[in-house]
Amino acid sequence: MWAQIAFWVCAVGSVVTGVAVFRVDSMARATFALLASFVFAAGTVLLLNLAYLGILVVLMMIMEMVVMVVFMIMYMMNPAGLMPMTMVHNQKGSLAIAGGVFAALVAGIFLIPWPTSGDPRPADPTRALGEALMGSKMLVMMVLGLCLFATMVATVVLATHRGRYDRYGDRLDAKHPDDPVRGGLNR
Amino acid sequence: MVEQLPFWGGLVLPVVLVSLVAAAAAWDSALASRASGGPASALVAPFHAVAGLLVQQRRRTLAADLLLWRGGALALVGAGVLASLVTPLGRWVVADFSIGIVWFNAMEVVAWAAVWLVGWGANSAYGLIGGYRFVALGLAYELPHMFALITTALGAESLRVGDVVAAQDAVWFVVWMPVAFVVYLLSVLAMAFWGPFGQAVAADLAGGAAAELSGVDRLLFEAGRWLLLVSGAAFAVPLFLGGGSGPLLPDWLWSLLKTLAVLASLVWVRRWVPTVRMERYQEIAWIVLIPLTLLQALVVALVVLAR
Repeated sequence: MWAQIAFWVCAVGSVVTGVAVFRVDSMARATFALLASFVFAAGTVLLLNLAYLGILVVLMMIMEMVVMVVFMIMYMMNPAGLMPMTMVHNQKGSLAIAGGVFAALVAGIFLIPWPTSGDPRPADPTRALGEALMGSKMLVMMVLGLCLFATMVATVVLATHRGRYDRYGDRLDAKHPDDPVRGGLNR
Repeated sequence: MVEQLPFWGGLVLPVVLVSLVAAAAAWDSALASRASGGPASALVAPFHAVAGLLVQQRRRTLAADLLLWRGGALALVGAGVLASLVTPLGRWVVADFSIGIVWFNAMEVVAWAAVWLVGWGANSAYGLIGGYRFVALGLAYELPHMFALITTALGAESLRVGDVVAAQDAVWFVVWMPVAFVVYLLSVLAMAFWGPFGQAVAADLAGGAAAELSGVDRLLFEAGRWLLLVSGAAFAVPLFLGGGSGPLLPDWLWSLLKTLAVLASLVWVRRWVPTVRMERYQEIAWIVLIPLTLLQALVVALVVLAR
């Protein structure tokens, strides 16, 4: 019974805070409403006895949202989010996309013949899930990881406006890099 | 071995933590007084300060985001208490989660959001800059901190804190994971933006993230900060210092003594090390600490594989 109550609290809480993301008038509130939504979603993961994944979702989402506030001050139309703003743009288009995606997902729930299993729940669901995901597909996962990492490095290289020639001179022979902000190692 | 307390364990935990905070604050105040040649009555100064903050009227700023501002201070206190759910005192623990180490880290990271919210919510430039300083510091200390935590889990081959304590029966982890231990203590200081890592609430910003706080709000914020420091110091004991193991005395007393020793040295460091700027620590963390902690993890992994 308690698991039922906890599930519905998490499910409703996740949707309500998700809606709040688009109803509040400040970027900071939207960010933290989104965080609350993710934390509620992590609650449903915890209910599946996937303790590691659930807590990891909380951990990563907090860090992710705080990293998002760094970008908030850089890119948002209202510096530092101190002025009212709206999260809703291109209302008709986004409404059509959201409605279409929702309909497709709901149709999927009812149309797909979901597999059923009479097996008892495994002793350690996290391990079982990990083996199901990675056991036979480790090569895919490793290639995926490598691609993600390469993408990150490439975007940073493309985005930075100061390369090594700016730092170490045209012949790359400067002893100390010419940086606007000095690091802690006196390199 | 570690055993889980019944429900009242959760009610006792805040009392134990607040007592440790009181002891640490008194010790800090005594050190400050000795350094400045002040009176010996400094031991009770923190309690006077608490009483003063309780009766002080709360100041409000123009167009403050009250929900986020006050929520941030509350979250800081909550994070400090919840992080200690998995910390055993001797053989008693409030919650013996199978993923105790991840839980501890997740609760600590709440401080990232909390300090930024407190700085941002007040609608004050100083507070905002203080909050962003804390985020910048967080990006520097969190990865080495995670690697230090993972190293102990690797040594014990388990994320359960009880197993980490049990794995130190023969040798404490501090003996063969000294790098992880030092990095852990550094990041505990940074997590509580304490001493050398106090840039987020520094005097050059008129108090930074805490600039506009007054009354109960300031009390909560300061309490949350101390609770994070105490939680971090207490968690070093089961991770690196063998938990409650020791001769003669009962195991809970050993846990307490070790916690007090770690806490006292962390408080003392504040008077001894100057403030480090975030951008300097950023480079130190990424270029020195992360490779060092990775090497430490590699050594531990090889030892675990070989035995």
